[in-house]
This record gives sequence, structure tokens and C-alpha cells, in this order.
Amino acid sequence: MTLSPDHRRRMVRTTASLVALAAIYEAIARSGFFPPALTPPLSVIAGTLYASFADGTMPLHALYTLQRVLIGGALAVAVGLPLGILMARFRPVEHFVMPLVSALMPIPSLAWVPVFILWFGLGDAVTIAIVFYAATFPMLLNTWTGVRSVNPLWLRAASAMGADERRLFWKVMVPAASPFIITGMRQAFLRAWIAVVGAEMLAASNWGLGWVIFDAKEFLNTDVMLVSLAVIGAIGLAFERLVFGSLERTTVLRWGMVRAAKG
Amino acid sequence: MSNIEIRDVSLFYDTPAGRVHAVDTVSFDIAPSEFVCIVGPSGCGKSTLLNIIAGFISPTAGQIRIDGKEVTGHGMDRGVVFQDFAQLFPWRTALGNVAFGLEMKGMAKVERETVALRQLALVKLEKFARSYPHHLSGGMQQRVAIARALAYNPAVLLMDEPFAALDALTRDDMQRLLADVWRETGKTVVYVTHNVAEAVYLADRVVVMTPHPGRLKSEISIALPRPRDPLSVTFLDYQKRLLGELGERAGQKNELEDTR
Repeated sequence: MTLSPDHRRRMVRTTASLVALAAIYEAIARSGFFPPALTPPLSVIAGTLYASFADGTMPLHALYTLQRVLIGGALAVAVGLPLGILMARFRPVEHFVMPLVSALMPIPSLAWVPVFILWFGLGDAVTIAIVFYAATFPMLLNTWTGVRSVNPLWLRAASAMGADERRLFWKVMVPAASPFIITGMRQAFLRAWIAVVGAEMLAASNWGLGWVIFDAKEFLNTDVMLVSLAVIGAIGLAFERLVFGSLERTTVLRWGMVRAAKG
Repeated sequence: MSNIEIRDVSLFYDTPAGRVHAVDTVSFDIAPSEFVCIVGPSGCGKSTLLNIIAGFISPTAGQIRIDGKEVTGHGMDRGVVFQDFAQLFPWRTALGNVAFGLEMKGMAKVERETVALRQLALVKLEKFARSYPHHLSGGMQQRVAIARALAYNPAVLLMDEPFAALDALTRDDMQRLLADVWRETGKTVVYVTHNVAEAVYLADRVVVMTPHPGRLKSEISIALPRPRDPLSVTFLDYQKRLLGELGERAGQKNELEDTR
């Protein structure tokens, strides 16, 4: 793979941040302030990381969790995006949906876990439902705001050129609201991770990163817990860079609808 | 090309301060391929009238007919160019913007890109076909907007102060370009402006409107050969005449600030 100088600089900066974080952790771990069982040094964590990847368990756990996040997140986009646009376009929809959103959104998704366990049983259905619940609201509200902030001149120009409601929807409103929609996806993804780890602790049976952390606590396996956290962080970083970052670069940044971060 | 009949068109709306007569019983005709400028100070209802012709607003009374057919909403027999540069879709290239109307008509991709490229050549922007609007200057963006409004071949071109936000030098270029485009395409053009020199340069006929209520005051035909020379004596005479028409409003101060 050939890297552009820009790309390489970005990787160097990212690595520098992560190394600094690791160094701070290592300093605390070696200070002897906490017992080594609670703050194992990086060498031990690295060993556990290697072992858990070598025997294939950690990738499998990560895959389970990722699958739940992606299915729940995809459902959230599939519901939140069209519903957000419909709310912004049609007052009756807004009047009907907004009170429901206001009442349901403040309920923490984890508070639903016991209820969902009774409804769906233990396992994938609960975790996916929880992820869906957590991710739908940011998607919905951002899309709603995005469509309401669409320049009315674009709608007027498109209508004058013969666009019907369906094509106004796909060819004008979706691209016009895309800075908000991408923000909505980012926030939905974040909420999805918060929700999935919690849901797995309570409702998953034997698979998933949240379950690993919860299970490791029982045996005081701090290294396993920290490895799971690092894996979650790594997946998050990879998604930000590879999915959201490139999505932004190929759309709203390219179109001049948002500016690149300075520096 | 199409003729436009404007018959007793009024637009009233009620505010807490009472009823506002934005447009009050305005009637005039526009001949096929005629270039008509509507001139007047702000608040005279010229933009409102254009929006009624475009079908974006329904008149309170009266009607507009294009080739005998009553206007009931926007339609592809009319192309519209607005003042704001932001009218272009930022997520589409210049070519994509110009091809939008053709896409709505269901034209195949290759065909509509050929047509769109030809329209861009008409406004001398074929080299920038693949550029996004945010990489184009204000004048270029307005040229793309003109190409976009012409691309699906409407009979009527409606323009609402398209060059008002441009600097004076660019505006002169744009006026020359528009005069050429009009000569080549033979569209019926309705052009709203508050700039008297612009109206004399472009129009076959100038319709003067006055505010409160928005009424048609007079119509002046510009009998000058084209291309017109803005420094000729006859050109300046027309300009003076128009300024006179606008200034006569019951001792009110002339609100025109942009007359070159």
C-alpha cells in the first residue's frame, strides 16, 4: 500500500497519541501504587492479547459484538433516517412521533434490558434490540434537524426542474442533510457501543466483549478486561478512520459543505 | 417560444398592521422570444410577480397564461434563476447540476451529460464541468445556474436579479453573455432587476412597477440596436427616462442605489 504524505502524517500523529496514553498507563502500573493484579504492566497485557488472539477466542468475541452493533445500527439507520426526513417534511408525522421520542429517549437503554430479556430471552435478540433502541434516537434527531436546515432554495430549484416528492427525498434532502446524517451515524455508532457492552454484561450468553469483561471480573482477570477494552477502542478507532472518515472525505468535505479540521 | 399573458394579477396578504397589497391588479403581455425587464424599487412586488409567474406563489386574484394555458404551479415550461449563488446543489458537479432537470425528465445518463455539456459550453464553462460549485466563483456559479435552467429546454426563462450580488465588472460580462445566450436560444425572458442600466442594456421592453401598492406604472420599449453601447447618448436617454419614471413617485426619495 502506498501512503500519501498526508496519510502518513495522520498515522504518525495517531500513533503518538496512543503511545503517550500507553506510557502514562505503564508509569502508573509500575509505580506500585496499585497491586499488580489490578494494574498489570503492558507486557502482561500484551501477552494476554497475543494469547487471546492466538487461540481465536478474542476475535470471535469481537465478531459477535460487532455483528450486534452493525445489525442494530443498520436497523437504527433504516428506521431513523426515513422517519427523520418524514418528520421534517410532514407536520402530522412530527406531531405524532416527537412526543414518543421525548418520552422514550431519556430512558437509558440498559434499563430496558430486564424487560427485553423477558420478551426476547437471553442472547442476540436482546442485545440487537438494545443497540437499535440506543442508536435510533441520535439518527432520527440529527436527520430531522438536517432536513429542516436544508436551504429552501434547493427544494424550490429542484421542484422547478420537475422533481417529485420521491426524488426530492433522495436527490435533494438526503444529500443536502448529509452533514447532519453523518453526525447522526457517528453518534448512533457511539451509543450502540455503550449499549452493546452493557447489554452483553446482562443478557448475552458466553459470547461478546461485554460478556468477556463481566466474566473476567469474577476471576479478577484485570489483563483480560483491559484487553477487551483495548479491542473495543481499536474497533472504534478503525471505524472512525475507515468508515466515517472516508465517508466524510468522499461526500461533505468534497462538496465543500463542511470544512476539514484545522492543522 | 411562448407568449405570456398576465391578467389582473393581485397578491394580498393580511398582517397585524392591515392588508398588504404586494401586487395590485397588474396586467401586461409578453411576446414570444421577447426580453422583458421588470424594474422597480424594493417592495414594488417585482420579485413576487416573478414568483407568481414561476408558479411558486398562487395569486389572490387574476391569472397568468403561458401559450393560453393557465399557470397553476411550477412546470418544466419555465426555467428559473435566483439571485443567491447557493441555488446550485453543492453535492453535484457543474455538469451534475445542469443535468438535474434532464434526469427528472428521465433522460439516459450519457445523453443528458452530452446535452448538459452543450449548455455549459453556451455559458463558456465546459472546462469546469467536473468542478463542484464551491470551487467556482460567484459569476461562474450564476452561469451554471443559467445553463441549468436552460438545459431541459423550457420556453420561458425567469430571472430574479441574478447578477445583483456580483461585482460591477463581472456583472458587465454576465450581461453581455446573457444577451448572447438569449440571441442564440430565442427564449422568452422575464428578468427582474432594480438596476436601470441593466434593464436598458438587456430588455426589449421595460415594465416599471411602483410600491405600496405594487402596481404597474408604465412600459417603455427600448428601440436600440444590439449589441448596445451603454455609453451612447440614446442609451443614457433611456436610462434618464426610466429614472424619471421611478423618481416621480409623489415626491418620494429615489430608492435606487445601484444605477452606475
